[in-house]
Parts: sequence; C-alpha cells; structure tokens
Amino acid sequence: MTFKGNAWKFGSDIDTDAIIPARYLNTSDPAELAKHCMEDADKDFAKKIKKGDIIVADKNFGCGSSREHAPISIKACGVSCVIAKSFARIFYRNAFNIGLPILESPEASEKIKEGDEIEVDIEKGIIRNLAKKEEYKVNPIPAFMQELINAGGLMEWTKNKIQKSK
Amino acid sequence: MGMTITEKILAAHCGKNAVTPGELINCKVDIVLANDITAPIAIKEFRKAGAKKVFDKDRITLVPDHFAPNKDIQSAEQTKMLREFAKEHNLSLYFEVGRMGVEHALLPEQGIVGSGDVVIGADSHTCTYGGLGAFSTGVGSTDVAAAMITGEIWFKAPESMKFIYSGKLNKWVSGKDLILYTIGDIGVDGALYRAMELTGEAIENMGMAGRLTMCNMAIEAGAKNGIIAPDKITEEYVKGRAKRQYKFYQSDKDAKYVDVREYDCNKIEPVVACPHLPENTKFVSELNHVTIDQVFIGSCTNGRIEDLREAAAVIKGKKVAPYVRVIVIPATQEVYRQAMKEGLFDIFLDANASISTPTCGPCLGGHMGVLAKGERAVATSNRNFVGRMGHPESEVYLSNPAVAAASAVLGRIGSPEELK
Repeated sequence: MTFKGNAWKFGSDIDTDAIIPARYLNTSDPAELAKHCMEDADKDFAKKIKKGDIIVADKNFGCGSSREHAPISIKACGVSCVIAKSFARIFYRNAFNIGLPILESPEASEKIKEGDEIEVDIEKGIIRNLAKKEEYKVNPIPAFMQELINAGGLMEWTKNKIQKSK
Repeated sequence: MGMTITEKILAAHCGKNAVTPGELINCKVDIVLANDITAPIAIKEFRKAGAKKVFDKDRITLVPDHFAPNKDIQSAEQTKMLREFAKEHNLSLYFEVGRMGVEHALLPEQGIVGSGDVVIGADSHTCTYGGLGAFSTGVGSTDVAAAMITGEIWFKAPESMKFIYSGKLNKWVSGKDLILYTIGDIGVDGALYRAMELTGEAIENMGMAGRLTMCNMAIEAGAKNGIIAPDKITEEYVKGRAKRQYKFYQSDKDAKYVDVREYDCNKIEPVVACPHLPENTKFVSELNHVTIDQVFIGSCTNGRIEDLREAAAVIKGKKVAPYVRVIVIPATQEVYRQAMKEGLFDIFLDANASISTPTCGPCLGGHMGVLAKGERAVATSNRNFVGRMGHPESEVYLSNPAVAAASAVLGRIGSPEELK
C-alpha cells in the first residue's frame, strides 16, 4: 500500500486536546470530528489539507487522553498517514485499531519540511521525499497490521476473520 | 529471574508463570470501563462486530461522568446510548447521575477494582488503580469493544522504572507534588510504554488518596501504568470494599528495572505545573506574581475527601479574592455526603466558593467552568494542555488542593504559608 501527499509539520508533544478538543466530543461522527481536526494546533488545518496529505511531527505525538476521536478525526479529514519521531502509547494502539497508518521515523521527522511531497510505501517500509529526492527507511508495517488497516480497523478485520472461518 | 509487581499480575492473567518485558501476551481482564465520551464509539464497534452478548454483565462498568449531568442535547444522546446498552445487557455496574462519580474516584471507592486486578478503561487515567496494587491502563474505545465481547486484551509487557521517594514530606506537600516533580524530572514521555513503580519511605507513609493521585498521573509521563506495592494501608482500604477476591503482589528483590531514580523528599516544596505541559514544573515559591481568574478543586486526580479537607483547612475563615471564582467538585456522591457531614461545605460557602454535583466537567473544558480567552486557572486536575479547560488562549496551572485554595484567597498563585 502506498500513499502520496504533501507534508504538514507539527512539533513535539502534540496532545489529543490539540488534535480534537474536548468541546467537540459530544459527538463521535467522523465527518463532524474531521471539521475540527488539529484545530488547537493549527486553526485552519481541516480547511487547508488535501486528501492524501501526510502529518509529520516530532516526538510523543498523540499524548494525553485515550479518545479514539483523535485518530478518527485525522483519518476522516483525509490525512493518509502520520509520521513522527515517536507516538504516545494509547494513540499508537488506537491508530491501528481504527485503520490509520502511522510510522515512527526520527530521520523523516527531522528531514521532511512543510509542503514537501512525500510518498510512503508501508509494505516495504520506505518514506520517499519526492521534493528532496531522499529516502528514509522505517520498519515496515507487519502483514497482519496492513490487513487490519486495509479492512478499516480492528473490528472490521475481526469480522472478516470470523466470516472466513465460517 | 525476579519479577516486578506489574509482570506478576500480567503473568497471572495470561496463564503463565512468568512474563518478560517486550513479550506479547493475551490477558484476561477483571474490569472493563468506559465513559460517556468513549463508550458510544465502543458500543458502535461492539454492534459493528455483530456481537450479541457481553462476556460478563458484572465486569463492564459504564460511568457517564464527563459531560454528565448532560450539558447539551448531543451529550444527552451520548449518555442515552450508555443507559440503553446497560439495560439491554443488564449491566450491574452502570452508574446513573445521582449514583455516579468521577470514574477513577468511584471504582476504588465502591470496591469495583481491587489489588492484583487487570483493568482496562477507555479513559487515559485508568492507570489510577495502580495505587491499589492493580495493573490498570487506558486504551481506546475499539479495544474496549473487543474486551466487552471476549473479556480479553493483548498487551506488550512493559519494562519497569523504579522511583524511590526517600525521607518525609514537607508541610503542604502531597502525592500530587511528588508526581508533578517526577514528571518535571523525566518529561511527558519520560516513561513512554513503561510501568512506573513508586516506592520509598514517603510512599509507605502515604494514605490511599495520595497513592491514587500519584498513579493517576503516570500517563502524564507517557507510562502504560503506575503501581504501588500493596501494604497495610492498602489492606485497610480494600477490605470491606472489595466486591471480589483481591490479591497482593510484591516485586522480587532481584526484579529488573530499566531505570531507578531516587528523590529526597526533604528538598521538594509544593509544585505547580505551568502551561502548557505537566512537565513545566516550578516550586510554588517561584511563582508569586501569576494572577488568576478561576480555581477548580476536584477531578479524578484530587477530588477525594482528603483533598477537600486539605483545601477547606486552608480556606477556612478566609474569603475568595475579588473577581476570582472557585468551583469545588466532590468526585463522588459519597465524597459529597462526607464533605457535607464534616461541615466542609459551610467552610467553602462561607468563603464564597461554589460547589457542584460530581462531574469531570471543567477538567477537560467540558462544562461547569470553561475558561474564556486570556483567562487563567489553577486546577487540581491533571492536564494543562493548550485549550484543555476552554479557549485555546486560556491557561491552566496544576497544583495540589492546598495551593489551589491558597491561590483562590490570594487571587494569584501562592502558598498556604502566605495566608498567615
């Protein structure tokens, strides 16, 4: 699976309140959450991004609350993938569970600049910076995790597995 | 090889004699928890999976506490989903308004969680129960949905870090100050993916409220769980409350830790975390020029009876500074009643503080004390991220209840010592 899009850069410790503020958590509708994605870190983010764009952040992305609304809002607003130096634990788990690909790469996090065109190959574990003609290697996402992302998340994946075994 | 408490609890719940850090394990869970923000997604996912039954109707706890009592129509729709799910599956641990409390104060108080348990909750502060010597951690709604069906969850067994708090606590210093001090030392990702084991003389002498407060904030250092060895104080607390058999685990002498840190409590004064991260800590004495608009005393971190007593002792006979508002929120119905019985409400009311029914409310900028642009609050809660309590240009300073009460009287951040 590959994704292509432009990079949107964020700093360290982007917390889940910045990704989706609690004032919007009186709904769990993905389309509604998407409108406010990253609002307290970049007010107009949801309006500016194009489908397929990629978030590139520094360390500890997604720290704070366990709200699954955070990866849901990122996925629903069209972001194809998040790259960071490191991710907070609960966010990491939630992202895969809802089918949002995320990659840990200190090198990509440092070298990619805002707006760079990026191509991500999650099977091979390669991040290509098309703007700079550079490649950064990351651990590929294991096959079953890719299936999970393809299925649209843990529940869809589990359902497919149950149906196959019937 | 020796094991830590965390490793022993996990091993006991995955049917193994031992687990080692990094090992992937599938564990049985004793309690699954969700609230009015996270349960709606879990319920949707539960249905999406085609599930018809929960694994155990007496082990799923639903607590509408974040926006409850409902702040608007959408929140009312969300809590309605919990209520209907609880009815449909005959859940014995659903807590309606009037019975509910802030979840992480409620579950230990009601004996729903106990020592030696494995608990998961779709709320990051689920790590609170480590104070009882349980393994508990926050997860997302989808993980909760899966666990509601199977009663199981997979984990990567965490490495453990050991923290030794030696010496005695200074006046006005509590568990809150020790944990803020620790986060200030190691940073908001200083314990990422790891277990934080809290030990030492100061912990051994600390009551259950302080222990729960400390483990509550393990997540603010990125930890998977916080944990404290159960002892006589734990025994005192859990006996008579625990609804199920509890078990005390201790770390072996030769257990492995990736890091060991020792703090001399004689050197720790009351600590305040400045905007916009819990790691931005200073001693209260370094902050005497910060004026404030609001004080919030409550939350799963510091909304227990001990916390309210501490705040009341400071504010007794004083008045809240002009143009400052104080919102006191007892974390549970039991705390509410106890505070009323002890006359704490009279003390707060005489000081011109307001008192609310239990809710997480202002901690997450939900309701009951949202901040306007440019406003500044002192809160006894756990997070001071950008926009946490309201407008993105508002500010939150985190402190213990005594400092919060003193600041309310002073109209600026300050120590109880300054009130004399």
